[in-house]
This record gives sequence, C-alpha cells and structure tokens, in this order.
Amino acid sequence: MTALDSLPPWLMALVAFFLVLGSTLTLLGAFGLIHLKSFYDRIHAPTLGTSWGTAAILLASLLTWSWVQDRVFVHELVIGICVMVTTPVTLMFLGRAALHRDRAEGGGAVPPAAAARSSADESMSSDSDPKAATLPTTLGSEKVRP
Amino acid sequence: MRRLLPHPLLTAALILMWLLLTRFSLGHLVLGSAIAVLAGLSLARIEPETPRIRSWSALFRLVAIVSVDIVRSNWAVAQLMLTNGRHGARTSAFVVIPLRLRDPVPLALLAIILTATPGTAWLEHDREAGTLLLHVFDMIDEEEWRVLIRDRYEALLMEAFA
Repeated sequence: MTALDSLPPWLMALVAFFLVLGSTLTLLGAFGLIHLKSFYDRIHAPTLGTSWGTAAILLASLLTWSWVQDRVFVHELVIGICVMVTTPVTLMFLGRAALHRDRAEGGGAVPPAAAARSSADESMSSDSDPKAATLPTTLGSEKVRP
Repeated sequence: MRRLLPHPLLTAALILMWLLLTRFSLGHLVLGSAIAVLAGLSLARIEPETPRIRSWSALFRLVAIVSVDIVRSNWAVAQLMLTNGRHGARTSAFVVIPLRLRDPVPLALLAIILTATPGTAWLEHDREAGTLLLHVFDMIDEEEWRVLIRDRYEALLMEAFA
C-alpha cells in the first residue's frame, strides 16, 4: 500500500491521461529528430517535448502530489517556466550556428543576412553583384543537408 | 524605494520562487528577500532600463491566446509527424518578418512564444533592420504568417508594454 493507492479512480485516469499524452508527444518529437531530413526541420521536432510534452507530464505530477500531500503543489510551475524561458536560448544558438555555416558555405539554400539583403536590393538596380541580386528573400522548400 | 528595488517584478518573482522551492518559514523569507533584492540591484547595473508594463489585461489575454495556440500547434505538428508530413507534401520554408517591436523585453517574450509553439522556430533577429528570420515547419502561405504574428502577438505585446 503506497500513497499512490489512495488516489481515487477518476484522478488516476486523469493523471494517466496526461502522462500518456506528454510522453507520446515527447516520443513523437524524438522520432522526428532522427527521421526528418534537414537541420531546420529537425529543430522543430523537440519543441513538441518542450511545450506540451513537458506541460502534460508536469500537470500529472502536480495533480498527484497535490492530492497525496493534501496541499496545492506548484513546484512544477517553476520547472515549466524555466524550460519555457531557456529553450529559445539553445534554439537560437543552434539556429544561428547553422545559418552561419550554410551562409559561409554558400549555395543559396538559406536566406542571406539582413545586411546583405539590403545591399542586394541596392545592387539590384546597378547590377554590380548579380549573384547577390538573384538571391530571393524567401525560399520554398530548402534542400540543406541530409 | 526605486533605488532599493530597481526591478520590483524580478525581485517579487525571485522571492516567490525561493519560497516555493524551500519550505515557507520566516528565515527563508528573509534570506530569499535579501537575495532577490541583491539580484535586482545587480541587474540594474547591467540593464538600467526597467520594462514598464502598461496593460496587464493585454498580457493576460496574450497568455490565454498563446496557451491555446500551443495546444493547437502541438496537435498539428504531432499529426504531421504521424502522417509523415502529409505523405511528403509538407514543405518548410524561411520567412522574413518585419517587426515593429524594438524593446528587448517584448522581443524576448515573442521569442519565447514562437519557440514554445511547435512549427515555428525563431532563427535570427536583425536589430538594425528590425526583421526576424523565422523558419516555418509547415508552410502554406507566407503572407498568412506575417499577418498572424503582426496581429495576434505583436499587437498585444505592443499594447502590454509601454
């Protein structure tokens, strides 16, 4: 007989639902990470795990412990906020590193930096740099690297 | 008051977090408050500009909208993963989005929003040009994304922050 056995069935069902939902989303994200082809696609996959994946698992934990300890537990809120606030930092680092590498290698699969973009617009009229001028500002499906 | 608490919101949030992570007692309240005040003072040295929240209601509306959007886009991206990107028909693309926001705090909030909603990834923000390079996982209409970010998030952020 553990403390968990004192949970009423309806709460157990709710907790189980959130746990399964959260872990399924995280699994899908992990699957996407190995399955998707380009780096910029792969960057999207783990956000499933960091948004509702985390939120659902934290919700399950919050419900369980609030019942067992008989008071409202909001520790999970701190975890959730910390995950939400820190994810963009990592993502921006990775994204910008990839952009920098792809721009340095060239190939035109990624849009040029904003500074280069405005100079490309200017050179459009003078045709001094035909390569920069032909680079479109936005692109359709990029073929970056496998 | 202003001199002791240059960042009152940050100080309050830190005290709250300290009390949440420890068991509430007078000793922890004193210790947590001391650390929070010190943190506020040191941040004032690095970042003298205090973000001013003009409209709390706009901020709460934004939180509500974003919570719904996170659920919706989670569902959309999860479905795309399961169907293998509508059986290969999905295309991802870069979008350049002109932003009216200039202050670092609302920009940071926008970055959190766009990262927390699966399907959009904030890649690069150019401060001089005021443009954001966004990568969209499932691109259907480019203009739609510009309008969405401008009207759904940016407008509320501009309303919330002075």
